[in-house]
Amino acid sequence: MSDLNQNSNANQSVLSALDVSLAYDQRTIVKNVTLNLDPNSITSLIGPSGCGKSTLLRTFNRMNDFIPAFRKTSGFIKYRNLDIYGDDVDPVFIRRRVGMVFQKPNPFPSSIAKNITWGPSINGFQGDFDELVEISLKRAALWDEVKDKLHSSGLALSGGQQQRLCIARAIAMDPDVILMDEPCSALDPASTAKIEELMSELKERYSILIVTHNMQQAARASDHTALMYHGELVEFGSTRQIFNSPKNKVTEDYIMGRFG
Amino acid sequence: MSNLRTANIEAKDARIKVRWIEFTIVRSLMICALISVVTTLAIVVILAKESSGFFQEVSIYSFLAGLEWNPLIEPRQFGVIPLVLGTLLVSVGACIIAIPIGLGTAIYLSEYASQKTRQWLKPTIELLAGVPSVVFGYFAVTSITPLLQSVFPSTEIFNAASAAIVLSFMVLPTITSLSDDALSAVPRSLREGGYALAATKREVSLGILLPAATSGILAACILGFSRAIGETMAVALAAGSTPNLSLNPLQSAQTMTGYIVQVSMGDTPHGSVEYQSIFAVAALLFLMTFSLNVFSQSILKRLQKSYD
Repeated sequence: MSDLNQNSNANQSVLSALDVSLAYDQRTIVKNVTLNLDPNSITSLIGPSGCGKSTLLRTFNRMNDFIPAFRKTSGFIKYRNLDIYGDDVDPVFIRRRVGMVFQKPNPFPSSIAKNITWGPSINGFQGDFDELVEISLKRAALWDEVKDKLHSSGLALSGGQQQRLCIARAIAMDPDVILMDEPCSALDPASTAKIEELMSELKERYSILIVTHNMQQAARASDHTALMYHGELVEFGSTRQIFNSPKNKVTEDYIMGRFG
Repeated sequence: MSNLRTANIEAKDARIKVRWIEFTIVRSLMICALISVVTTLAIVVILAKESSGFFQEVSIYSFLAGLEWNPLIEPRQFGVIPLVLGTLLVSVGACIIAIPIGLGTAIYLSEYASQKTRQWLKPTIELLAGVPSVVFGYFAVTSITPLLQSVFPSTEIFNAASAAIVLSFMVLPTITSLSDDALSAVPRSLREGGYALAATKREVSLGILLPAATSGILAACILGFSRAIGETMAVALAAGSTPNLSLNPLQSAQTMTGYIVQVSMGDTPHGSVEYQSIFAVAALLFLMTFSLNVFSQSILKRLQKSYD
């Protein structure tokens, strides 16, 4: 695993999109986007609804494969040096390295422990499962709240706890990157604050790409920010620069709340 | 002014007329709905009345616990167990065949089949439910039984195995269709959660969808079983009319429904014990299928709750 991570010297980016266009049938959703993600950082993808940010996010672990109408019409998507849409690439392998947390918490209807061990067990995890459960829940800042009820249902947790369980589940796979698709949109402010805090701890180990509707969240939690509008990447830079001195008029209007 | 007043009166008249039409329509729709209720109640009352006549002659205990069913020739015996056993032998056998096939089909339909395949395959399977049961019965006697006889020479002409096999075809659409609905009802977010953890299609189907749809699938199987218990024509044709206290599927067996058909089509005099006995058997059958339906409904209700 560390081998894989070190092979990246030639290309610093952990995820990259090169001139990527995406479409549903004939309708183009993402137009010629080029984007490079630094390792161990948090990148926010912001923009109004329907701008293509989720569609772009879901290409990085090939979750769009399940939508029959989806097509990639141009460009390359890379995980480190690997062409994610290459002919000989197994999407299951990509998803081992690139984990995902969804908009709505989606724990499996089974115990908390089982939620965490299922992914690793089907992917040939050899170590100690109890230890894995403890480490993953600790990293997701959920351990103290659930350590006495590991065998009760994950669905009995609150929304915020469920979402942290889903993060723990993703962490248990020991991925390289974690994609987050509006992970806080279904949560209350207190749970949102917890997840944001958690993200800044997680970036020590993982690279995070997060789609968010919430500009304050992007400003607070991320190192880099990319703004998409009508399928195009309008501006990409450090979060500080994007929010303090945007170069593009559209960016300025969007972060000032003039549309969106 | 006076124009306005006449217009008002006219409108009022029109409204009264409309109200009468509304009233009539609502009432007649209600009567339509009540017909089913009244029919069900009437059946229950008749079953209770006729079988109470039967139970004045035969004790409930000897009916439910008796091992000999010999209603037509002296010395008569009304022990229902051979009929219940025949019914269970045939319908459990049918489920043992139909559940794996139906579940396999459902998994294929909901997870593997392309939209195109699904579009023709599912209606075709449901078409099976439209075949008249007498056709299934003759299919059993003329095709399945000879096939069984060529494999197991000791097979009787009328036998439980042939009935079970043909019955499995008949409950297959129920089990397939309802299990497919249960699997398709599993939220997309759970599927995606599975795939995002680097699971293959097989791992998602078996590890996530099947457990999540358990109650729906269970309800499908119970409804299939309840249909198998109630099925008459095909079973009566294929299994014959010899009550047998045996679990040998190659022998003839009489089911509860088969007995009811046999007696009601014969020349049994009204009011005699053997005539009333069909109501007692029918009441027991009704209780069995009714409780199975209630049971599967409660499971389905629980399923709906868990996804709300």
